[in-house]
Amino acid sequence: MTKQEALFEYLLRIGDNSLIIGHRMGEWCGHGPILEQDIALINIALDHIGQARNWLQLACTVEGKGRTEDDLAYLRDAYDFRNVLLCEQPNGHWGDTLVRGFLFDTFNYEFTKAMTQSSNSDMADIAQKSLKEISYHKNYSCDWMIRLGDGTEESHEKMQHALENLWKYSGELFRMDEVDEMMIQEGIGVDLNEIKKEWDKTVNETLEEATLKRPEDGWMQKGGKKGVHTEYLGYILAEMQFLPRAYPDAKW
Amino acid sequence: MAVYPATDITEIKKILEHVVDPEIPVLTIADLGILRKVEWEGEQLLVTITPTYSGCPAMKMIEEEIYSKLKQEGYENVVVKSVLSPAWTTDWLSPEGRNKLEEYGIAPPLHASADKKILLGTNKHVRCPRCKSENTEMKSQFGSTACKALYVCRDCKEPFDYFKCL
Ligand SMILES: [Zn+2]
Repeated sequence: MTKQEALFEYLLRIGDNSLIIGHRMGEWCGHGPILEQDIALINIALDHIGQARNWLQLACTVEGKGRTEDDLAYLRDAYDFRNVLLCEQPNGHWGDTLVRGFLFDTFNYEFTKAMTQSSNSDMADIAQKSLKEISYHKNYSCDWMIRLGDGTEESHEKMQHALENLWKYSGELFRMDEVDEMMIQEGIGVDLNEIKKEWDKTVNETLEEATLKRPEDGWMQKGGKKGVHTEYLGYILAEMQFLPRAYPDAKW
Repeated sequence: MAVYPATDITEIKKILEHVVDPEIPVLTIADLGILRKVEWEGEQLLVTITPTYSGCPAMKMIEEEIYSKLKQEGYENVVVKSVLSPAWTTDWLSPEGRNKLEEYGIAPPLHASADKKILLGTNKHVRCPRCKSENTEMKSQFGSTACKALYVCRDCKEPFDYFKCL
């Protein structure tokens, strides 16, 4: 693998995480439990899609084949997507969505913060631009974990259950392979072991305040970063890609 | 080859004052601080802008508005470039912009130091644009557009938008 190929792969992983979780949150549009929270999720979705656009645009530049970010979003098949499995998990109920967001946003915040120090100035710029937006996401997610975890008996139980269900997807966030190694060596990428320490701290503190129990690290699901996805991604793409594939020249 | 006098830039900036944010039409792109630079590169006019939020859906419209307003005034050879760095901050809102916001019914952002407090969830004093009371309460950090939070005034009971710090 050349440095250029590794960088392209790395950018896809970051961009696809944002794109897919952004799309998932967008599915809440018009379905939120109350208007304010509907609006909140859609705002966060919009941030994710905007960030995805910046990352994928850069991926296209690095690739140098004349593709655009729209080509990457709408014309790739599931095995070409590099998002972690966590991001594609279904919305479930309100608590499931919040727990998924919590696990991801707390990771994304530490990751993006570290990324602002990247030796690749384009990547550092995108990270800097995204970081304040992601701070809001993280704050929102942690607030809700505490509110519902330390809420009623029913809300507590639902949050604990959602946490148990989604925990097995948290491990992949920190798995590293040769792409990560190359990027770390170049000073471009981030050491996920370091991110994990910060993530553990935030997660533990928040769960404690939320009176929720941190699940044991058991078997961790993985595959998304290598293009091996759960069945859910196919459904997401079917919806997301239908229009541009059926009507390639469609204009807004 | 035409010679472009330096004063041209001032004129062009005047033209661009007519380009407003489609979501908050009382603010020009200069008020918002998203108009970063206007310069000649040879015979080409380069206009540099920066997005407020990564996903700001208004950017495309603003870009088209810039092209169209300049074209009306006879500037055809124009390129609008969007840059991410340095990242936009609410501190770039002009003082006029802040006043216009409040008159329009949107509480202007507190200064950057309030940023950190927002994230820590500590209280701060957002002033109700209607009755000027500081006895207000945040309902949601996310409002009608990416840049706003939703507040309610405890005195006059009116809900209002707060242009949140970034
Ligand atoms: Zn009031």
